[in-house]
Amino acid sequence: MNVLVTGASGFLGGAVAREIARAGHEVRTFQRRPSGVDGVDDVLGSLTSQADVERAVEGMDAVVHLAAKVSLAGDPAEFEAVNVGGTRTLIAAMRRAGTGRLVFVSSPSVAHAGASIVGDDAQPADPAHARGEYARTKARAELLALGSDSESLRVVAVRPHLVWGPGDTQLIERIVERARAGRLPLLDRGAALIDTTYIDNAATAIAAALERVDEVHGNAYVITNGEPRPVAELLAGICAAAGVPAPAWSVPAGVARAAGSLIEAVWRVKPGVDEPPMTRFLAEQLSTAHWFDQRRTRAELRWQPAVSLDEGLRRLAAHYARD
Amino acid sequence: MSHGSSRLPRSAGRTAAASLPPAGLPGMDARFSRLVEVSDGGSGRPVAWHLLDNGPVLDELGVTPVGTLLCVHGNPTWSYLWRGLVAAATDAATAVAESGSESGSGSGSGDVWRVIAVDQLEMGFSERTGTERPLERRVADLSALTNTLELSGPVVTVGHDWGGVVSMGWAVDHPDELAGVVLLNTAIHQPEDRAIPWPLRLTLQRGMLGRATVATPAFLETTLALAHPPLEAEVKNGYRAPYRSADRRGGIGAFVADIPVDEQHVSWNELERIAAGVRELGVPSLMLWGPRDPIFSDTYLDDLAERMPQADIHRFEGAGHMIAEDVEYAPVVLDWLGGIHSRSLSLSKGTDPVEKLPFDELREREPSERPLWSVLDELRDSTETALVDMKPFRTVSWRLLSRRVRQLAAGLVRAGVKPGDRVSLLIPPSADLTAVLYACLRIGAVVVVADAGLGLPGLTRAVRGARPDHVIGALPGLTVARAFSWPGQKISTTTLPLPTALALGVRHSLGEVARLGADEFLPEPPAASAVAAVLFTSGSTGPAKGVVYTHAQLEAVRDALSSQYDVGVGTGLVAGFAPFALLGPALGARSVTPDMNVTSPRTLTAKATARAAAAVDASVVFLSPAALANVVATADALDASDTAALAGVHTFLSAGAPVPESLLAAAGRLMPNATPHTPYGMTEGLLMTDITLEGIRAAADDAAALPDGEHAGGVCVGRPAGSVRVRIAALDDDGMPVGAPGEQPGVTGEIVLSAPHLKQAYDRLWVTNRVADADSVPAAAGEQGERWHRTGDVGHLDSAGRLWVEGRLPHVIVTAGGVITPVGPEQRIESLLGVNRAALAGIGPRGTQQLVAVLETEPAASRPAALGDSDLVAAVRHATALDIAAVLVVASLPTDIRHNSKIDRSALSRWAEGVLSGAKLSAP
Repeated sequence: MNVLVTGASGFLGGAVAREIARAGHEVRTFQRRPSGVDGVDDVLGSLTSQADVERAVEGMDAVVHLAAKVSLAGDPAEFEAVNVGGTRTLIAAMRRAGTGRLVFVSSPSVAHAGASIVGDDAQPADPAHARGEYARTKARAELLALGSDSESLRVVAVRPHLVWGPGDTQLIERIVERARAGRLPLLDRGAALIDTTYIDNAATAIAAALERVDEVHGNAYVITNGEPRPVAELLAGICAAAGVPAPAWSVPAGVARAAGSLIEAVWRVKPGVDEPPMTRFLAEQLSTAHWFDQRRTRAELRWQPAVSLDEGLRRLAAHYARD
Repeated sequence: MSHGSSRLPRSAGRTAAASLPPAGLPGMDARFSRLVEVSDGGSGRPVAWHLLDNGPVLDELGVTPVGTLLCVHGNPTWSYLWRGLVAAATDAATAVAESGSESGSGSGSGDVWRVIAVDQLEMGFSERTGTERPLERRVADLSALTNTLELSGPVVTVGHDWGGVVSMGWAVDHPDELAGVVLLNTAIHQPEDRAIPWPLRLTLQRGMLGRATVATPAFLETTLALAHPPLEAEVKNGYRAPYRSADRRGGIGAFVADIPVDEQHVSWNELERIAAGVRELGVPSLMLWGPRDPIFSDTYLDDLAERMPQADIHRFEGAGHMIAEDVEYAPVVLDWLGGIHSRSLSLSKGTDPVEKLPFDELREREPSERPLWSVLDELRDSTETALVDMKPFRTVSWRLLSRRVRQLAAGLVRAGVKPGDRVSLLIPPSADLTAVLYACLRIGAVVVVADAGLGLPGLTRAVRGARPDHVIGALPGLTVARAFSWPGQKISTTTLPLPTALALGVRHSLGEVARLGADEFLPEPPAASAVAAVLFTSGSTGPAKGVVYTHAQLEAVRDALSSQYDVGVGTGLVAGFAPFALLGPALGARSVTPDMNVTSPRTLTAKATARAAAAVDASVVFLSPAALANVVATADALDASDTAALAGVHTFLSAGAPVPESLLAAAGRLMPNATPHTPYGMTEGLLMTDITLEGIRAAADDAAALPDGEHAGGVCVGRPAGSVRVRIAALDDDGMPVGAPGEQPGVTGEIVLSAPHLKQAYDRLWVTNRVADADSVPAAAGEQGERWHRTGDVGHLDSAGRLWVEGRLPHVIVTAGGVITPVGPEQRIESLLGVNRAALAGIGPRGTQQLVAVLETEPAASRPAALGDSDLVAAVRHATALDIAAVLVVASLPTDIRHNSKIDRSALSRWAEGVLSGAKLSAP
């Protein structure tokens, strides 16, 4: 198959492009900067340009759509233009080009109003209650994508939760930086269970969704390692892998809970640009559970995570040891 | 016609046409609502009813019902009360239609029932005619409706509150159509010696009635507030919908005014007629009761149960007047209907003819050949010691005990205790308790034994539910009985000063009772099949349940203990465990209860145990596991004579909860000539399997020799004792024990037991009995039945026929990776250095649960709860080879009072789920 991967210059997008190429498909990527992925054909351009998008989609059998504006703050119009408008433009281009398969990469935050998630399966995207511009616009985009699902354009949405691994400059780097600077707080309630997704597992799950799209189109799937852990244990594990002291100081948990937008969105904030107050956001995020029912995902995508949390941490440690 | 009593406001007489309920009431389906015109009995003019009726939907589905449920609401509700039953019956019919099976071809849940739930006239959305409708009229109204509907049998009436009375009126008047009666919190008769309930007295006061019921919605709102848990606002609005204005509430006031408070009341005779008529119904009956009801308390249930002795009864502990909202009653009703239908809808009325009874039941109608008191009769002239009390020290000879039992028995009869009366014993273990117990057994009174280990609220619930006719107690027990208004005639163990006796409502002392019976004139002994005792479970997993034993079954318990442990006449027995203490004289053993605080088994010392052993020259010692730990811990205080007394013990038993091997071994060292045993059993079956310390070690070796993963773990409780049979109902992928019970080794499932010494039933817990007795085979003419008991424990049999217990059924964890039973992993965690005790809990939705280990460390943690450190977490995951999401270290795990060892893992799971969702790390 000829497969277009959008957003391949990102941490997850690059891994997905590599995984799909490894599976034997011809991969083209589409984003503003070179993807840095070997053996793929980069097409540079912007999602907000109809001409760019049409050029990228031309001749493709399938699209894996990861490109999005990901940050906590910013101009709502820009979120709207990239995340919703970009998706609309892409789908229109696919229809014109006769490209019949779309894997829409989304986020569990599209269905999350802020309360703890304790073993739920994927719920319908809910823009009215999603927290923050990112989650709101991704929710609308997912509804748009799944609403376009038909026999001639088969759409599946996958929602990996908290993707991490070696080379992640967002989540892992920021935790490590903060821990090194002694600025990573631990709540006195740091027992909330959080499920995460090791990068390789996220990539293989998205590749599996592409292989299975003819059978599972119209559905949304949450992707995780299926190994929830207390926040404190996760942070300690990441710090240990990076060789920095684990968080030792704690902040009171009396801060309002359920700010809602997920950790992944928050932890991807660009430093210095649109950074929210760290303690407040952590207090909000680290005090609610986020773990999911993975049975349907694994059965219908015929996918299992290959890398366990412990193995992932070992690989992370090896990565830092090389630096 | 008018509301002549003029006790109701004028608005009560306003008229209004019937109407359909507004759309959108939660739980209501407009397809079921219809209006029916009926010729009114008095005037002959048409009057319109609103009712819920799933008949048309059944027609659409193309299924034929086997019968009709005729549901009558009370005051001040309406057919909305029955919306769940209409929906559930229709769902069941839909399932039948979809599966294509013809109605009537199967039994049980395959039956299709039509459900008609009426709004009584002047109530709900039925017509407001402005007419008074006393009880007799209401019963006739309902008949007129069913005539118009051309309702033919079989009909099962369903009634709640005063709708129960109206429905019973219909039942009495339609014996040919009637197939069954279902009653929820209702009453048919006001017992003469009881005041009518205070909320009704208050409402009926002059000047109060109209204001409370019609002019204001006070009566309605008060009723809606009786739900446990409280009703959701939307559901309350559903109940309020037809009663939004005073104009609409006339029927509510008229209903209250129609309560026949005395013989002059217009409805008195009709109520008496119906109350007498229900005695003749003889049809299968189901009574579902919420005991937290300020109006229709247990008193009325007792009255109904006496009138309809064939009734199946379930008391939902914690539920109240709004039982139809408090519990999921609809599946229970449908399940019960399946049972009566399969027993045929035209059940013969009255009792079975004797010649049709199975052999063992016939035999048990006679008194036993070897009743529980037989040793007391045999040794009536013996001056040998029968009992020793340690504090104050007292020895009682067989002669004295035997005489005391006869005198008390004769005296209790004279004090008004009748065969079948329930007698609650609130006496600490002592010669007094033993004498009263055997006196009660001898005269056929039913002893109710609920120990203080339930805690006061649990004890109160238990005693209330057991509805004692008499309470015999020591002063502390009687004080509690008074404070909590426990029912029953009160008898004191000691002679109390008159003011105290009056204050506590005590009628007699035991001394007086014995004097009343000085002539030792005894009635005929009870039949072997008569109920002998109600014993309460520990309540470690939910409200304590009353367990009913017949004389024959208690005798079987005695015989099982006697043959398993060679206890007989002359055996010295230290009984630190209630059932053994009570059965000592039946076994002929010389028994003693060591000095300890019965509410806290941990208070028993080694010294007290040794002194008790010396007092009876003990060869058998029975201690609870909780007591055992402290006995071992206080062994340093033993002197030479104590050691000598313990050296005479040849059998040592500990049971009630799992006993760690190390503890059993340590106790064994205190009694060097004794074989330590730990039997497995429960209140429902006191001795089911047995194993010795040596056997435990052999089993552990065998398990260790098995290849990895072939041993599910658990506590080995040994082989079946005597005639006990053990089977396993395999768990499916959802952790449900759906498999047919079998004896294949290595299969994990619910433990199912059969033995002659099993309980008869749970007291007034029809639903619980259904589950527990699911595998029993009823006796047929000339053939013995098989009684099997589902224990709610899970475990497996090994290839050597030994039983291993892996936990409680509700504590089974179902992860995405499979079913996990808790005890095996807990044992592996407890084997880690520094871990004292562990509990494995599952959090999240069943099927995708995550595992959480909650543990106590040695020494105990100082914080009430904290996450385990990384080394501990890694060790726990390694030891169990399970993906454990979190390890929580707590200062102490919560346990039950009686055993001080049973952990309610369900409650612990709820706590862990909260903590792991970000709640404060508070103590569990």
